[in-house]
Amino acid sequence: MRHALSLFVGLYGLWLVLSGHYTPFLLAMGAACTVFAVAVALRMDVVDHEGHPMHLVGYRIPLYWGWLTIQIVLSALQVGRIVLSPRLRIDPVLETVPASQKSDLGRVIYANSITLTPGTLSTSVTADGIEVHALTRQGMDELKQGGMDRRVTQVEGES
Amino acid sequence: MTSLAALAAVAALVVTVFLALIRAYLGPTVYDRVLAVNTIGTMTVLLIAGVGFLMGRPEFLDIALVYALINFIGTVAVLRYIRRRRARDAEDAESAESAEGAP
Amino acid sequence: MIVDILSWISIGIGAAFILVGGLGLIRMPDVFTRVHAASVADTAGAGFILLGFMFQAGLSLTTLKLVLIFVFLVFTAPTASHALARAALLGGLVPWSRKPRDPAP
Repeated sequence: MRHALSLFVGLYGLWLVLSGHYTPFLLAMGAACTVFAVAVALRMDVVDHEGHPMHLVGYRIPLYWGWLTIQIVLSALQVGRIVLSPRLRIDPVLETVPASQKSDLGRVIYANSITLTPGTLSTSVTADGIEVHALTRQGMDELKQGGMDRRVTQVEGES
Repeated sequence: MTSLAALAAVAALVVTVFLALIRAYLGPTVYDRVLAVNTIGTMTVLLIAGVGFLMGRPEFLDIALVYALINFIGTVAVLRYIRRRRARDAEDAESAESAEGAP
Repeated sequence: MIVDILSWISIGIGAAFILVGGLGLIRMPDVFTRVHAASVADTAGAGFILLGFMFQAGLSLTTLKLVLIFVFLVFTAPTASHALARAALLGGLVPWSRKPRDPAP
């Protein structure tokens, strides 16, 4: 029930941003549409802690996003330098990186973060870790040091 | 002055769309082509937003928003189609082989 | 005025990242390495360009919509890349490697 309520607030907020017109009639129609969308989501049985992870909302997620943004810019610069160098200095490797997250949601956050960072690409999520394709050996070694893994586990850990 | 910045962004986007088109034309495998089309889609989202700014019509952003979602769904749908087709082709080849092998 | 300059810088950086991504798409040797190049354009390039547009739009509904576009791109881009790489691996593509492959027995 808490998830359904939070989903309603989120969807109505999205509707308000996209609409831009705030007359009582349109506001009521938006509320009606949102209630319908939440009802459909409830029938589909996707409104749980996995489909709508409200337990993640807190001060940790913005901190993690900030850290991830810096990582993305740094590795984008690295990949950019590789692309622009006359001799392509690449040494692609495909290896499995251990993942310490307990829940599927945590695994997904970790895998998505890996893919979002240029230079590393998750190809498969298995029971004992995440299979990663890295552009350089150095990028794979950095990932294996486990800084990102630790941070994702911290974000997930509060549930 | 501000529109000049948007113009620079639009120029860079158009060049990249052309580079991706070359890759879609050359691409040895079907996955190269899907990747190129996906990149063109992302560039188009930014292009729509940039052109909206150039023409002073921020309503274009709604279209860009919808395009971002359709681009994602389209990519995943094409990939699913390719996988299904591969699986079906493999099955057909197998059944053809067993039919040949039968006395 | 300062906001204008920030917007200029941000759009310039974004345009550079996008051009690098497009160039990588041409230069890289196989699909998996090309995905790395494309993700430079998809995340860093798109992020900086949208940030530049946000500076120009100021505090308004337009900025909120730009943020929404960025959020959608950031949530969908890795999923699409992951699906692509996985489909390519399952389709039997072998990643390009600098070292010569082990000789067949």
